[in-house]
Amino acid sequence: MRPEAVAAVAPLQGEVFGNPSGSHRWAREARRRLDDARDVVAEAVGARPSEVVFTSGGTEADNLAIAGVLAAAGGRALCSATEHHAVLEPVRAAGGRTVAVDPLGRVDFGALEAELAEPGAAPVAVVSALLANNELGTVQDLAPLRDLLDRLAPTAVLHTDAVAAAAWLELPARVAPAQLVSLSGHKVGGPQGIGALVVRSGTALAPILRGGGQEHERRSGTPDVAGAVGFAAALAATVAERAATVARVEALRARLVAGLLAAAPDAVVVSPSAAADRTAGTVHVCFPGVEREALLFLLDQAGVGASWGASCSSGATEPSHVLAAIGVAPELAAGALRLSLGWCSTEADVDVALGAVPAAVRTLRGAVVGGSR
Amino acid sequence: MRVLVMMSGGVDSSVAAALLRDEGHDVVGVTLKLWGGESDSGCCSISDVDDARRVADRLGIDHHTFNFGDAFTEHVVGPYATEHAAGRTPNPCIECNRHIKFAAVDERAQALGFDAVATGHHARTTTRADGSHRVARGADPAKDQSYVLHVIDQPQLARTLFPIGHLQKAEVRRHAAALDLRTAAKPDSQDVCFITKVRGRASFLGDKIPLTPARVVDGAGVEVGSVPAVELVTLGQRKGLGLAGGAEPRYVVDVDRAAATVTVGRGADLLVAEQRVTGFRWAGAPVVGPVQVQCSAHGRPEVATVELVGGGEAVVRWAEPQRRVAAGQSVVAYEGDEVAGGGLAS
Repeated sequence: MRPEAVAAVAPLQGEVFGNPSGSHRWAREARRRLDDARDVVAEAVGARPSEVVFTSGGTEADNLAIAGVLAAAGGRALCSATEHHAVLEPVRAAGGRTVAVDPLGRVDFGALEAELAEPGAAPVAVVSALLANNELGTVQDLAPLRDLLDRLAPTAVLHTDAVAAAAWLELPARVAPAQLVSLSGHKVGGPQGIGALVVRSGTALAPILRGGGQEHERRSGTPDVAGAVGFAAALAATVAERAATVARVEALRARLVAGLLAAAPDAVVVSPSAAADRTAGTVHVCFPGVEREALLFLLDQAGVGASWGASCSSGATEPSHVLAAIGVAPELAAGALRLSLGWCSTEADVDVALGAVPAAVRTLRGAVVGGSR
Repeated sequence: MRVLVMMSGGVDSSVAAALLRDEGHDVVGVTLKLWGGESDSGCCSISDVDDARRVADRLGIDHHTFNFGDAFTEHVVGPYATEHAAGRTPNPCIECNRHIKFAAVDERAQALGFDAVATGHHARTTTRADGSHRVARGADPAKDQSYVLHVIDQPQLARTLFPIGHLQKAEVRRHAAALDLRTAAKPDSQDVCFITKVRGRASFLGDKIPLTPARVVDGAGVEVGSVPAVELVTLGQRKGLGLAGGAEPRYVVDVDRAAATVTVGRGADLLVAEQRVTGFRWAGAPVVGPVQVQCSAHGRPEVATVELVGGGEAVVRWAEPQRRVAAGQSVVAYEGDEVAGGGLAS
């Protein structure tokens, strides 16, 4: 966590213990902290405080967006084929469809038009598109997407999962075209287990968690005050430092990519190359002839925590649906590695990665295997 | 040594990891994700992965999960269906040992710099004077798993450890309890890991291959019953044939898939002097003279000689007539407690 978040959370785990829904002085103190946090999040996204619904994280925010609109308005859900599973799965569970993407992972407008015009189908109630893809870093420009919807499905709600974008992009302008915006605390250096859904005023949304009616009847349950406060502190620090962080990390990224390609010239970077098309922090690279699971194992042993497509709850690796959707061949995707840089990454971290990754790739390619199959 | 121990989430592999750690090896635990479909232990066998990880935590060793789902589908689940369709009775655990645990995982372990792989099988390894290795029976005769390990070849066997093979099952459980491992009292796994008790084999195979109803006739050709799927009938089978109760037990003595006809008869009708075997491999030099031959996981070994007749085919000549073995079942030769060779009944 960011030190600002650690410091902000500490009092909430000791002297400030009230339930913000109560009416006594301890409750009011907690309520004040929660609403301060709400103000900070609202300002960071360009929303009004009353539009911010705290959730247990990005996944709950995404589920609330999809299921909440369908429950309130009926109709169909669409999302891009490269969405996070937290959007894909609720869309699928509601009988919705995925929309093809271009080679960088952005919504293919022709495919979206075809889905919107599907003859005889129910009207589209919600369309979801990632602001920044969590595996590739690809940035989606939401304004033309909203324009297309205004033309063909004006009542459709546009949802964007901005979880992977929040650390890197100027959110207010970027998310302005969307009526629903998902955020997550730990992706900006805050605690895990806290997130938010921004619900623009006038958007029909039914709750999925029902109970005491907290969060303006949109998300029942005692709010996680400590989580919200930590999230807000991290987000405020992120916004304040964003320009400097992006510039610094872009330079680190450039050195990392150049170093990887120098050591393994046949490696294929599947993240967009132009800075305007992507966030600064994600490098997704495929090493032909290397098994991603074996590569991850060796990097873990070398002290490098990297990732790949996605992890299922058993901890096993699954092939990335994102790489498949942008047309990366399965043989190439088999050697996929996702390296993430963030606000705390340093030149020394890049040095470690540039030592460990090429060494692991060499080890796996040079492995003399005596087994027979 | 650096040892990769395959931890299924059961008590045997839990204790295998503990013993290796206590011997001072550098131990890493790995749980294999093999099957993405339904299983009795939950989706992706997550509860078994949890047990393995928590045991590893308790032992203070690293734990990883490796996904060999594609290889498992290709080499184990797919052939399980096509072999049944072809009228054979495959043993998927043996094919998993042949293609996954002691092949793909072993290759991965070598690539990652491990000196050995280990499992919690009730079996031992022995080393001959000539330096060659054998799989040998586990110390607990009721739990011995050497039969399903006959497919491990020499180079792999040299890198394979069975740390609990010298223990009785009760000793394994006591050891686990003494270490306060959460798997100490966990029931043994049974049956095929990718087929659930609720759905069963017929339903599983029915999704993958066409199932053909068949008549059941006696030796005189008189129809005495029927079965819903000839593909699920195995030579020597006694139950599930829709037969009225009789004085003498009746066994499947012939399965004619083309004619969708199952013939039943007396146990004596199954007795033969010889058994043909395909893909037979000796562990070392061919054994001339009598060996003990076992044809099911806990079947009684019987005295026979084995002669290779070319093309990987072998003939098992029984000292006393024995029942014919269903095609696809493993036929394993032992010298004393050691596996001398094995193949599949043709």
